[in-house]
Amino acid sequence: MNDSHTAHHPAPGDKSGKAYWLDNPRNVNRIVWALYAVCALLLAIDVFVHKHGPFKIEHLFGFYGIYGFVACVALVIAAKGLRVILMRPEDYYDR
Amino acid sequence: MIGEFSPGLILIVGALLVPLLRGHLRSAYMLALPGLAFWYLLGLDHGSFGQIQTAGTTLVTLRVDKLSLIFGYIFLVAAFLGVLYALHVDDTLQHVAGLIYAGSAVGAVFAGDLITLFIFWEGTAIASVFLIWASRTETAYRAGLRYLVIQVGSGVLLLAGAIVHYRQTGSIAFDHIGLSSLASWLIFLSFGIKCAFPLMHNWLQDAYPEATVTGTVMLSAFTTKLAVYALARSYSGTEILVPIGAAMTAFPIFYAVIENDLRRVLAYSLNNQLGFMVVGIGIGTEMAINGTVAHAFSHILYKALLFMSMGAVLFRVGTIKGSELGGLYKSMPWTASFCIVGAASISSFPLFSGFISKALIISAAMDGGYFWTWLVLLFASAGVFHHSGIKIPYFAFFAHDSGKRCDEAPGNMLCAMAITAALCVLIGLFPWQLYALLPYAVNYAPYTVEHVVTQMQLLMFSALAFTVLMRTGIYPPELRSTNVDFDWFYRKGGKGLAVATGGALQTAWDGFVTASRRATRQVIAGIYRHHGPEGMLARTWPTGDMTFWTTVILAACLILAYF
Repeated sequence: MNDSHTAHHPAPGDKSGKAYWLDNPRNVNRIVWALYAVCALLLAIDVFVHKHGPFKIEHLFGFYGIYGFVACVALVIAAKGLRVILMRPEDYYDR
Repeated sequence: MIGEFSPGLILIVGALLVPLLRGHLRSAYMLALPGLAFWYLLGLDHGSFGQIQTAGTTLVTLRVDKLSLIFGYIFLVAAFLGVLYALHVDDTLQHVAGLIYAGSAVGAVFAGDLITLFIFWEGTAIASVFLIWASRTETAYRAGLRYLVIQVGSGVLLLAGAIVHYRQTGSIAFDHIGLSSLASWLIFLSFGIKCAFPLMHNWLQDAYPEATVTGTVMLSAFTTKLAVYALARSYSGTEILVPIGAAMTAFPIFYAVIENDLRRVLAYSLNNQLGFMVVGIGIGTEMAINGTVAHAFSHILYKALLFMSMGAVLFRVGTIKGSELGGLYKSMPWTASFCIVGAASISSFPLFSGFISKALIISAAMDGGYFWTWLVLLFASAGVFHHSGIKIPYFAFFAHDSGKRCDEAPGNMLCAMAITAALCVLIGLFPWQLYALLPYAVNYAPYTVEHVVTQMQLLMFSALAFTVLMRTGIYPPELRSTNVDFDWFYRKGGKGLAVATGGALQTAWDGFVTASRRATRQVIAGIYRHHGPEGMLARTWPTGDMTFWTTVILAACLILAYF
């Protein structure tokens, strides 16, 4: 890119010494645990939500959550598998 | 009526004066152009204006109705934001090309006939390629050429379709066409190429990531949404669009998961979002068309916002490869925040724009009993959160700290991102403001407990899947790589074919030359045999022989004369 103005301050590991909240792995773990809690809560209140859609499958307990989880895992594993067929070196088209 | 000309002309003609201006005056002028066009738009009444009589037919250059108006509004907003985002750029070519491109898109939206549409359609193709070439790299030059061939090809199909349509029906009106005749298929194909239908999609992922930082933002807004508008105008309720759209939502997300260039990831997710709109057009009910239009509206904003944030990273760091980035939230906290707003909007989080627009399409699919389509759309919704909502911000701004430190984005970029992000949130908070602009009356409430909870379940469990896959190390790492897509067929396969054909032609030519040489040599040898130094015909004959033969001929003449 011609119009990119690179402005690196070479500071591997951030020598400015400023500690960010996310630098602490315990805080990252806190976020992950919060996510688990939100998921559990959303699953729990599923019982109280009345669904109006025409498709029976939607009325199964926790359908949206389970479908979202399974869809994403399947997506990632399939895409990872596709790399075997699709992936080429970065300069593939320049050769 | 103030006047009877297309608002697109304000941008196109206005752009021609840009090279004459410099500095702040130029900035103010360029920002004023979309503003002026918007103001002009607000004063327009519904109807067909700007009619030009030519060659026995009437061109309608300004057709104003609810469908063209809402696209006109959002295109001009996008043009304003695109100009603001690019103000720091000192490349007149890009500014002029960007404004002409936006003006052509607006002109096409207000076209009332297929010929006017064709003119502006080609205008978008030709003006926009300069935003790609403006990168001034060999890769961008080649990608731009491929892009131009395909875009102009789409225009040629449109013109051919329009001519055949005129011969068959005597009309060139740009209205509902539907799939029936050859002409309708030609026009459908033309729109389909520009809308990046499956197998015709690769120009998008090929060219957009090669454009300049600011050019990609412009590109993301107009071309494909113009195609969505054209399809909604001419092919609403065309059943085949439902499976086409469903395929579009699903297959690009697999590529998005493994793609390393984050702007290319966004190009794949752009393709996926177009799929939702195409499904809506295929269903064709009032709710579905409303959904398509609303989704195009919010999509233009959040997609531009995502491209802006990734553009800012590219501008400051010099690369946009996921494998090289990470931890940038420390250097670019504002850009990271705006990126997250765009990510939340594209993922359809409640309170953000995507939530209130995509829901219309999915509800229309449910109402129409499209079970499998609905399942695919849900899968694609989870997938888009996964790759655009999480992957983009995560690998650019968080993940492992790459150690890269840079300045925050320039002020004009931040300003453009802030306005776009604000619009994304405002649309999410006040959906009725947008619903009021839609072509049909809206009878849908997005914020029900059912909708909010089920959507949050889908999204949070997708996030859970990402977390689990990350923590178990199953998630594929970002790798420096190229993933082959359909463009392989013309970039490698086509090249291979060309090389093979070239080889065969060369062999044939060589054979022809060899055979010709042999034949020529034989002819020469023959001549040499008779006329050469030893040849019978090249001998010097004595004068006596000459006298003898003259006498013989004379004698023969006498005998003949005697009888």
